[in-house]
Amino acid sequence: MANIPENLRYSKDHEWVSVEGDVAAIGITDYAQHSLGDVVYIDMPRVGDKFSTHEAFGSVESVKAVSEIFTPIAGEILEVNDGLNDTPEAVNDDPYSAGWMIKIKMDNPNEADKLLSSVEYEEYLAASE
Amino acid sequence: MADNTLLRTPLNAVHRELGGRMVDFGGWDMPVQYPAGVIEEHNRTRTACGLFDVSHMGEIWVRGRGAIGFVNRLTTNDVAQLVDGQAHYSALTNEKGGVVDDLLVYRFGPEDLLLVVNAGTTEKDWQWITSQNTDSDDVELQNASSEYCQIAVQGPNALGIVEKLTDTDVSAIKYYHFEKGQFDGVDSIISRTGYTGEDGFEIYAEAEAAEQLWKKILETGNFGSDGGILPCGLAARNTLRLESGMSLYGHELSDDITPLEAGLGWIVKLKKGEFIGSAALASQKDAGLQRKIAGFEMTEPGIARDDCDVYIDDQKVGYVTSGSPAPYLKKNIGLAFLPPEFANVGQEIRIDVRGKHLKAKVVSVPFYKRQNRSGS
Repeated sequence: MANIPENLRYSKDHEWVSVEGDVAAIGITDYAQHSLGDVVYIDMPRVGDKFSTHEAFGSVESVKAVSEIFTPIAGEILEVNDGLNDTPEAVNDDPYSAGWMIKIKMDNPNEADKLLSSVEYEEYLAASE
Repeated sequence: MADNTLLRTPLNAVHRELGGRMVDFGGWDMPVQYPAGVIEEHNRTRTACGLFDVSHMGEIWVRGRGAIGFVNRLTTNDVAQLVDGQAHYSALTNEKGGVVDDLLVYRFGPEDLLLVVNAGTTEKDWQWITSQNTDSDDVELQNASSEYCQIAVQGPNALGIVEKLTDTDVSAIKYYHFEKGQFDGVDSIISRTGYTGEDGFEIYAEAEAAEQLWKKILETGNFGSDGGILPCGLAARNTLRLESGMSLYGHELSDDITPLEAGLGWIVKLKKGEFIGSAALASQKDAGLQRKIAGFEMTEPGIARDDCDVYIDDQKVGYVTSGSPAPYLKKNIGLAFLPPEFANVGQEIRIDVRGKHLKAKVVSVPFYKRQNRSGS
């Protein structure tokens, strides 16, 4: 079973969002990293880039596949996890902590409320199996 | 859920027990990886030992007085050069010199040859081979694919593991040679061959023995311990063969690609006499190639994948046939078709990776070569 922490919000594209004030940290879920397999490269945006909701901000590549990653929330990139350049495997080993990808200053801090709760995401996964 | 329309090897249930992630591979339900993951499986094969179920491969017997002549007429390598107990890599070619399939030819005796062909093409090969067979060939053909399991034990520790399970002196078997013998008490063909670039063996036995042999090899190789043997899926099989610069049918080879274009001139023996496609291959050789397979590595971050276009300046000059991260070399590598004038080592190229033209350069193949060549 995929690990789905209760305190996070989720998108149907399998990103997670952790909100603190008007800043959202974003990564991919345990389910997503498991489907991708060993992650070897992450193509990331630059600090200051602006994205609207559900825009591709980068891509995650495993040995076998490449998958785009989308912003569940609109805003401006405040920080990117440069550590993943050297340790992309953190996305597999620790997707919700060391594997975070970007921090966004949200245009609308309430937007996260529209995302799935952990229970809803779990139901979504079960329905799409 | 299991897809009942897919073909299964005799090890299907074992793969599921081991947590293999099953995928449809050319109509076969096969593990693409196990829980260790492709990188660990790949690197363990390079440093210790990997175990592969390759029972989906096809086995076709050619027997009778005309066996050598018949196979020599259908394939590019020279079967007359083989001695009993020896195998070679070869290609079945069509009249245009295109590759119907690549294969291994095993010589058990002058009237007893075994062709080992790709899984996804076994039926096509069988149709092709039987359609070429006439009474004057004096051969008997048998598609025995479903009767055999085939298990590949590959890596520097393979010899030590295989030795423990047979009385046959396997250390004396040279690379691309084989012996019949008892393996864990089961009648087997023990072949010193593989598709990983490592020393290793491929064991053929009756399908019913597959589970026994697989489990015995895992146990003997200390599966589960640090540095022990690991079962490996198709993903690692592909990255291992690519690092070693070996061709994969459907990528570097097809009905429309000749072995010369694929860099396999060494298996095309035009001097042996006429064979199917020899005229086309001879004239291609005389005229010079329009394209050939070259190796490349990315020189900036990004991974070229199969079918990406290759550019020089703004001119499209070729395409990627196989592209992937190389887990042992820790580089992003690939094979591509290029015009020969752009296929020299050091040539800078650009590869279109989802709209971005990323830098790469032509490098020599194989990308990886093992240090200790014992057994070769």
